[in-house]
Amino acid sequence: MRVLAPLFGTLAALILGTAHPLAADGEQKPYTVENGKVDKATFNGWRRYTESCLRCHGPDGAGSSYGPDLVDSAKRMSKDEFEDIVINGRTNVTTASENVMPPFGTVEDVVSYLDDIWAYLKARADGVLGRGRPTRIGEQ
Amino acid sequence: MIAVKAHRFWVAAPALALLAGGASANDELIKLSKDPNQWVMPAGDYANTRYSELNKVNKDNAKNLRPLWTFSTGVLRGHEGGPLVIGDIMYIHTPFPNNVFALDLNHNGQILWKYEPKQDPTVIPVMCCDTVNRGVAYGDGKIFLYQADTTLVALDAKTGKELWSVKNGDPKKGETGTSAPHVIKDKVIVGISGGEFGVQAHVTAYNMKDGSKAWRAYSEGPDDQILFDANTTELGKPVGKDSSLKTWQGDQWKIGGGGTWGWISYDPQLNLIYYGSGNPSTWNPVQRPGDNKWSMTIFARNPDTGVAKWVYQMTPHDQWDYDGVNEMILADINVKGQPTKALVHFDRNGFGYTLNRETGALLVAEKYDPKVNWATHVDMRTGRPEVVAQYAPGSKGEDVNYKNVCPAALGSKDQQPAAFSPKTGLFYVPTNHVCMDYEPFKVSYTAGQPYVGATLSMYPPRGDNNLGNFIAWNAGTGKIVWSDPEPFSVWSGALATAGDVVFYGTLEGYLKAVDMQTGKELYKFKTPSGIIGNVNTFTHNGKQYIAVLSGVGGWAGIGMAAGLTKDTDGLGAVGAYKALANYTQLGGVLTVFGLPE
Repeated sequence: MRVLAPLFGTLAALILGTAHPLAADGEQKPYTVENGKVDKATFNGWRRYTESCLRCHGPDGAGSSYGPDLVDSAKRMSKDEFEDIVINGRTNVTTASENVMPPFGTVEDVVSYLDDIWAYLKARADGVLGRGRPTRIGEQ
Repeated sequence: MIAVKAHRFWVAAPALALLAGGASANDELIKLSKDPNQWVMPAGDYANTRYSELNKVNKDNAKNLRPLWTFSTGVLRGHEGGPLVIGDIMYIHTPFPNNVFALDLNHNGQILWKYEPKQDPTVIPVMCCDTVNRGVAYGDGKIFLYQADTTLVALDAKTGKELWSVKNGDPKKGETGTSAPHVIKDKVIVGISGGEFGVQAHVTAYNMKDGSKAWRAYSEGPDDQILFDANTTELGKPVGKDSSLKTWQGDQWKIGGGGTWGWISYDPQLNLIYYGSGNPSTWNPVQRPGDNKWSMTIFARNPDTGVAKWVYQMTPHDQWDYDGVNEMILADINVKGQPTKALVHFDRNGFGYTLNRETGALLVAEKYDPKVNWATHVDMRTGRPEVVAQYAPGSKGEDVNYKNVCPAALGSKDQQPAAFSPKTGLFYVPTNHVCMDYEPFKVSYTAGQPYVGATLSMYPPRGDNNLGNFIAWNAGTGKIVWSDPEPFSVWSGALATAGDVVFYGTLEGYLKAVDMQTGKELYKFKTPSGIIGNVNTFTHNGKQYIAVLSGVGGWAGIGMAAGLTKDTDGLGAVGAYKALANYTQLGGVLTVFGLPE
């Protein structure tokens, strides 16, 4: 499997054609992290996350006994999927779980900052940003 | 003006009381609550003492306690509140979906009936801090359940049959039910949750007989909504007209919060009920200038009319989320040498308050955790805290990170109720020992959405490793008598008994029995999950039992125990709580303890 995986990647790239020649590494990151400090947008993403997401998804996107780990989700999820779920919500109520994500489509403090929240979660998912309040670039 | 407006309520209320058939249920409950063999209301009695005269389990034999039977509730989320025992039946409840079980004590807890409400699951995400429920109430042959979606339902205590139901709020606006209903005289009284969603919170009395509304008193708003009249006082002085409106900018009071999700106590002699209101919305104080009355306030109201006799605002213009909802314990104690009809309250803000419950006079206000730093002291003349600017978020504006503020937003103590022993005259208090960094920022209000506006990081006080203490407190002098450190916040309601034993649960899941005089541990047993429920005691066929619900969750399960799913990230603060995952997982279980035959 370990050998196959990169091969698969190459195949996928070939099939998808040449539209994204830089696929993995050359991809534009949605955040800027320098010496552990973050740009304004990523900081705002943390703050908006804390405002609207923390109560279910736990501090710093780490997940809780209540909502899934978003640092993990952001590793697999595309930005389009992320936006779709945040805007429209999602319900998964069974005998074993009662997960209800409310729609945030009309919530100004969330929809206005989807890019920032995504930037923050991606920075966490990529392992370039730890837990707690991020420090802004230029901040002591 | 005020008197005229309030007069409407004075006329209406006695008429409703007559219709509802007088106060017979109250007499029944007062009698039942004096029988230590039963546990008929959330705190055991109207004074909210959580004290039992039972003494078969005592400090000499408590070491022999053992679990005798257990019962799974089948629900995973945080289990707050505790069982009721009426006659041969035990009643227990669960978090959302708020199932109720009647268990037959004559047959090892066999299920007599189960009530399973159908609720719209969209209420789940508007419940701040887990889908908890703090228990059911009993009165006049009925069990009262206050559901997450704010439906108050009356069930036949013998059969579980639904007798009536009434909707108290609108979850679409963020209004939810988490608190236990309280039966007082011929009424069932309920509060409302939603301080994090900009709710205009209230306490509402329904007639026990048919669920018709008797009165509603808001935490903030015009006098005819908060039910204040010309005789309503604070610290002995009339508060005057528009006492709430004057302390808000514009109509911010309409989304002012002041949740009423705590406990209600009652003094039948004075005919007053007591409860506290929670934080003003938002958590960003810069956005809501003024004292924000009457958030963060102790209320004494007439249970027949709802009219307030006296109030006391502990934390004007809250800058920390120090909700004032914690229980009011009514105890006749010596305060500075004087026999006093006291009200004792351990506030989230870290001060233990002792007031005269008849007049509302402030007698004692002292820190019950020495690490409390947001205020130096409470000015006993004005009743106002002397705030330390460095630890007051918003004092230097928003977008500033205020560091090392103690206690944290969850307070030196949250809703988990303390106990009072008339034998020692002391209070036994489960506490948090947590500090925070708090950074307020601007937010906009959307109905039914979080209206918070602050970021928090929480950690133990510098130099300490323990996140909680279980303490004995002298409310007459305002001093800690003994203090048992706990690795995690103590999030369970205490029980004091005439056997000189005090009981409480821990977040790791231990049920502990300690010596009332010294705090020395006598017994502990690890239940299947962390305990955030309240301990009770009762007898059946002459034998004393101790019962508690375990099932970790609540603020403790979300705000801090995120590590329950994640243990690779490192951060000193969160790391401390993260360790909780090494001790416990979710799952609701009732455990009943007793001595061996």
